[in-house]
Amino acid sequence: MKSAVVQLPGLNRDCDMIAALTKISGKAPVTVWQTETEIPDVDLIVIPGGFSYGDYLRCGAIAARMPVMQAIKAKAEQGVRVLGVCNGFQILVEAGLLPGALMRNASLKFVCREVKLEVVNADTAFTRAYAKGQVIRSPVAHHDGNYFADAETLKAIEGNGQVVFRYAEGTNPNGSVNDIAGVLNAKGNVLGMMPHPENLIESAHGGADGRGLFASALDVIAA
Amino acid sequence: MIKARVTVTLKNGVLDPQGKAIEGALGALGFDGIGQVRQGKVFDLQLETADKAKAEADLKAMCEKLLANTVIENYSISLA
Repeated sequence: MKSAVVQLPGLNRDCDMIAALTKISGKAPVTVWQTETEIPDVDLIVIPGGFSYGDYLRCGAIAARMPVMQAIKAKAEQGVRVLGVCNGFQILVEAGLLPGALMRNASLKFVCREVKLEVVNADTAFTRAYAKGQVIRSPVAHHDGNYFADAETLKAIEGNGQVVFRYAEGTNPNGSVNDIAGVLNAKGNVLGMMPHPENLIESAHGGADGRGLFASALDVIAA
Repeated sequence: MIKARVTVTLKNGVLDPQGKAIEGALGALGFDGIGQVRQGKVFDLQLETADKAKAEADLKAMCEKLLANTVIENYSISLA
């Protein structure tokens, strides 16, 4: 499968993401700059983490209004898989591709540590390498990962299986409602998550728990 | 030219950890009887038009599209 990584000023996890995609799929992703209005023909588009536009106004707010996001929206409507990690998740909610909002961590502190994630829904294009209920390790590094959605939205996403990852074993690092760590769109092809699976894919990272997510999304494993 | 001020505040029911921290700090400074502190944002804009109706319509569109995240925030517009 072919993949693309979006690049914007201030995103700084793009190289980690390119490395993960290359190592797991055997093919380097194409990179797409923020001013591009067309995305090459790929099966997976990834918006990596960082601090696009210095987190000015709200995290992801300005990046979400860049031309490339219209192109990503169009691809998402066609069913192309889109993954947003950390700032990428913030950009996707600001762009309206995912429900809810990401607010300042309840502790008001930047958190950089390892958390446990429960795979709540393993029946998705991004998580089929895992088992439902499986608990995996993942690094997090963010200041604004406190997921919020109003009661009605929360009921809808919980009911539809759109909550894909939850912080497990008391490791919620940011105060997210219902311990939500990763959210899928209703159609099932857009996933946003605060944790960084790309930073736990090989023994040099101290584990490979994040590998399954890319193996699923890149169809490296059998469907 | 029209001068405008846009105020963006968190909706009721949305947790405001920064407001809570400020509330605590004010209490620590000895200010008693503070019910609640909510933090918001203020934008001062200068619009190169004399048409107030157009300015208001434009400002509303700016709030909806960028200045506020209407999932969590309300906004109000005032013209000078």
